[in-house]
Amino acid sequence: MGALLAADTLHGPKVDWFALTPLIILLGGAMVLLLVAALTPAWPKRAYALFTVAVGTAAAVMSFILWDRINHQGAKTLVGDAMWLDKAGIWIAITVCVGVVMAALLTDDYLRREGIDGPELYSLYLLAALGAIVMASANDLIVLFLGLEILSLALYVMAASHRKRADSQESGLKYFILGGFSSAFLLYGIALIYGSSGSTNLGRIETYFRLNPILDHSKETLALAGVALLIVGLAFKVAAVPFHFWSPDVYQGAPTPVTAFMASVGKAAAFAAMLRVLLQGLPHWAQDYRPAIWTIAVLTLVGGSVMAVVQTNVKRMLAFSSISHAGYLLVGVEAAAHDANKGLASTGVSSVLMYLLVYTVLVGGTFGVVTAVSRTGDGATDLAGFRGLGRSKPALALGMTVLLLAQAGVPLTSGFVAKFGVIGDAVRVHSYAIAIIAMVSAVIAAFLYLRIMISMWIAEPEAGDDAREAVRVPALLCVAITLSVGFTLAIGFFPDWLIHAAP
Amino acid sequence: MIAVAQPTTTWYLLLSALLFAIGVVGVLVRRNPLVLFMCIELMLNAVNLSFVAFAKRMGDIGGESTVFFVMVVAAAEVVVGLGIVVSILRRTPNATTDDLSELKG
Repeated sequence: MGALLAADTLHGPKVDWFALTPLIILLGGAMVLLLVAALTPAWPKRAYALFTVAVGTAAAVMSFILWDRINHQGAKTLVGDAMWLDKAGIWIAITVCVGVVMAALLTDDYLRREGIDGPELYSLYLLAALGAIVMASANDLIVLFLGLEILSLALYVMAASHRKRADSQESGLKYFILGGFSSAFLLYGIALIYGSSGSTNLGRIETYFRLNPILDHSKETLALAGVALLIVGLAFKVAAVPFHFWSPDVYQGAPTPVTAFMASVGKAAAFAAMLRVLLQGLPHWAQDYRPAIWTIAVLTLVGGSVMAVVQTNVKRMLAFSSISHAGYLLVGVEAAAHDANKGLASTGVSSVLMYLLVYTVLVGGTFGVVTAVSRTGDGATDLAGFRGLGRSKPALALGMTVLLLAQAGVPLTSGFVAKFGVIGDAVRVHSYAIAIIAMVSAVIAAFLYLRIMISMWIAEPEAGDDAREAVRVPALLCVAITLSVGFTLAIGFFPDWLIHAAP
Repeated sequence: MIAVAQPTTTWYLLLSALLFAIGVVGVLVRRNPLVLFMCIELMLNAVNLSFVAFAKRMGDIGGESTVFFVMVVAAAEVVVGLGIVVSILRRTPNATTDDLSELKG
């Protein structure tokens, strides 16, 4: 009888629960927040936000502990080869946690100002962060797809979450339709790769293509079509030109703190997934996809900065700025694809990862200022809303100036260190053309940041300006902006430790 | 006696590509949010058909089990998508995507 039972026992894969603690903490935090908040009367002021900050910090601390463990024991795969525990994944996990903390700090007063306070948005942040980390550490295309959907579904709801603004719901619907559209492309790409290699596991896909360098015609066609569809799907998610058209509308319509979250966490996870797929799963096809990445990168760099010039709404401007940042990140991806056979150890990967962390902090602070300036109703986000900020709130305007200079890539800010990293890598692999285009488009993009600064400091006041609601900077928002500006300047002056830390 | 061609997995792959293309064209040309939504579901299910056809061709269970994950994701998308669509239609009944044009620039 005992033997019979033993023979019948199902053995699942060995699970290293400790390595999954950041995910468990985020999931637990979201569940506690939803359940407990549903059963108790409204929590005191700031409690939801501080709880979210605590959960995000705890997950980040566990990620640091895991980082230390990787230093001693090396990287490994988890849950039956489905996920990686490696430095790149943990780096993105920390980046995502930083994004959650920043977004929670921005959201606190925003929700009370708009009269829609509640725990829902915070638990969506935590769930989206969970999806982002799964996506960034996936070693299986299906796990990657599931992570992507956990992240995206949460983002659709967040974008539509401001029930009083038609803009917000419109942006939610647009994001949902185009996001679902791009997910389907990504999934079709996964299916074709599965059809040609026989597996959805990135490691096994890589081995198959390495051991069978000469495929028969039909399999080669399937694989190439699969690679193309995967790139299209991922380019949609990172908002690269020509797959960017959703992002200005969604950035403008979504509640401003959600825009910050979308720009930071969404982008970090999508780029991490792109690195995993292209460098860990498909290095064999690097010669074929590199020209595509090159073209998309150039279009994104030029398109993002040129289209930003004609905008008058600051959230739209920042959306195009985020598109041009995606261009710089793609420059790093292109550089990494030059020696794709090294996987994530290749040149370019560490600059991309560093860029993502720097950008997450930067964009959190920038949208923090926009949150304050947008005033009740979240509507005053055109350039006129910023007029006279230098006189009425000089400290806030100064912080915004530092953040904008960093986004433009001015030396002595973190933005310069990040851009220098990816362009330096492009030069190292002799991609001179793309490096020059990146530098030229940085100059064009500077125009957009200067316009916001001019509006804040120089623009003449107009009649009716005094009648506007005064800009308030509540405590937690102030903390977020201060942290962001502090980090931006600290990395600008002392970049060495971050460059050394990046995997 | 008429020779009946036996369907092979390639037929199913072509059918799935066709369904996917119909879905893509639908998303690009239709204007009703609910129809757009159905087109996306069609795309996902076309991919499911591909997964099953590949799994059958290779004699591998992986592709078939993947389909269940995709179905769960599609179901979750329906919940979220319908929620957003309903909240919009409540505000503006009979809205098409052309009416949703407050955001532009």
